[in-house]
Amino acid sequence: MNGALLQIATLWWREVTRFRRQRSRVIGAFLQPLVFWLLLGGGLSASFRPPGAPAGTNYVEYFYPGVIVLVLLFTAIFATISTVEDRKQGFLQGVLVAPITRPTIVMGQALGGTTLALIQGVIFLILAPLAGIHLTLGAVAATILIMALVAFALTSIGLVIAWRIDSTQGFHAIMNLILIPIWLLSGAFFPASGAPAWLRWTMRLNPLSYGMAALRRSLYLGATTAASSSPGFMMPLAITVAFSAATFILAASVAKRAAAT
Amino acid sequence: MSAAPVSPHAAVAAAAGAPVLEAAGLSFSYGDRQALREVSFSIGRGEIFGFLGPNGGGKTTLFKILSTLVPSQSGNVRMLGHDLKSESHAIRPRLGVVFQHPSLDGKLTVAENLAHHGHLYGIAGRKLRERSAAMLERMGISARASDLVETLSGGLQRRTELAKALLHEPELLLLDEPSTGLDPGARREFNNYLALLRERDGVTIVLTTHYMEEAERCDRIGVMHRGELVAIGPPAELKAAIGGEVVVIHARESEALKRKLDQRFGLNGTVVDGTIRIERPRGHELVAAVVEAFGDEIESVSVGKPTLEDVFVHLTGHQFFSAEARPASESNP
Repeated sequence: MNGALLQIATLWWREVTRFRRQRSRVIGAFLQPLVFWLLLGGGLSASFRPPGAPAGTNYVEYFYPGVIVLVLLFTAIFATISTVEDRKQGFLQGVLVAPITRPTIVMGQALGGTTLALIQGVIFLILAPLAGIHLTLGAVAATILIMALVAFALTSIGLVIAWRIDSTQGFHAIMNLILIPIWLLSGAFFPASGAPAWLRWTMRLNPLSYGMAALRRSLYLGATTAASSSPGFMMPLAITVAFSAATFILAASVAKRAAAT
Repeated sequence: MSAAPVSPHAAVAAAAGAPVLEAAGLSFSYGDRQALREVSFSIGRGEIFGFLGPNGGGKTTLFKILSTLVPSQSGNVRMLGHDLKSESHAIRPRLGVVFQHPSLDGKLTVAENLAHHGHLYGIAGRKLRERSAAMLERMGISARASDLVETLSGGLQRRTELAKALLHEPELLLLDEPSTGLDPGARREFNNYLALLRERDGVTIVLTTHYMEEAERCDRIGVMHRGELVAIGPPAELKAAIGGEVVVIHARESEALKRKLDQRFGLNGTVVDGTIRIERPRGHELVAAVVEAFGDEIESVSVGKPTLEDVFVHLTGHQFFSAEARPASESNP
């Protein structure tokens, strides 16, 4: 058990070290969502009137938690994308023949990806006042917890894909077909309340919607101007915990079955 | 672990007594394509064993199975006293693997790469620092310990790779095409390290190669062709089996000329990829007679002692490099 912890720690630390040495990656994963937020937030603010929202909720504020999840998503994807090439002709070859189980490898990778995403997410959190959100200390703590859970789930989804496919081209296709839609339909971009019924149902079945809801809620923790349209905190939190656990188990079992060819 | 130096002869004898690696009827296919057919061999402790064959001969598949990357499909392999398929957890800590494509992280330093490797094998703290320092010293890369791997030359990266694979003191070292991408000097140097390793630590070394000179330096080689192990033995023995000298004749009409030669001199030549090959004791005497008789039909003639390349052609009826460009350095004088 002690050995497995050392193995997880070393794989985790490798991801962190690589990240620190690749400035462009750090900046890219941060800048792209920032531009999204400013352009879309600014452009749509005038026409965006969510049904049932308190007067004065503007789109820059609504979109802000959505962009945080986008930051987490991008970082998690970049963290897992290297797995594909790493496995065929890189560092991971050596890991695959070492006395380490596949679930242990996946845990190291997932924690590494989560940490990188969390670093980016926390940096983005500093911009909250620009969105008109005034964070209390409790809100910061709760938000970091939710971000960690969501990042862990997103990294695990990335790993499920990365362990299954053979080329990075394949990864980009799957990213556009699966990961971006999951994000779009999580309430990050528009609320479910105004959408047609079929879309509303899709959003309700999307596990990321609950992470999104928990994040919205946690940002306003302790503040009186809570976004009243969000559901309670505990239910989305519980679903998000379950989502993280389920995606990790899936990633571990996919990695176990994956041939190393 | 036995550290007694082992002579090549002793190693060959040991192959019969205490096998470190034993395969019986090993087969593997990717869908319809059969990559390995009923491969069987036995490798003794302290031996340097090479699998020689052209690319696509099945070496890489064999390497993947032996290194525990891919589970075998049929046949049995026993390695270090354990069943490869069901007890790989017992084998892995005692096995060192050097991949054809570097398994180093270029964004990490030499020392960091070794440290991560050590942690995966349960080596940490002072023990890790001592072993890592000793290994870097031994490979002559101590001065580069804190440089990023991506800034190292190909030869130094190979040495780092070897230092990494040896950090946990494996009893059996597997190497896939270890000298690919190395210039001849670095290749010789790398092979010297392997010999030293066997002498000093009694490590058993199993490698795959498509370089004749690398195969020459093995105690025994297994010749692979289209997934089959077509011969196994010490290089000198395999070459001796051909007997005498090899005469190779290039001609415009090789089939026709071969028939004439067979008739005139009572030979039993073969045509391989458009060249006539005659294996014969005192082949140089034949050359004079052949040129005398059929000089106009011949473009070139060469004669030489059999090489491992000749062994391959003899066994398979195919040129070793027919599919790839033939390196100039490996042609016969």
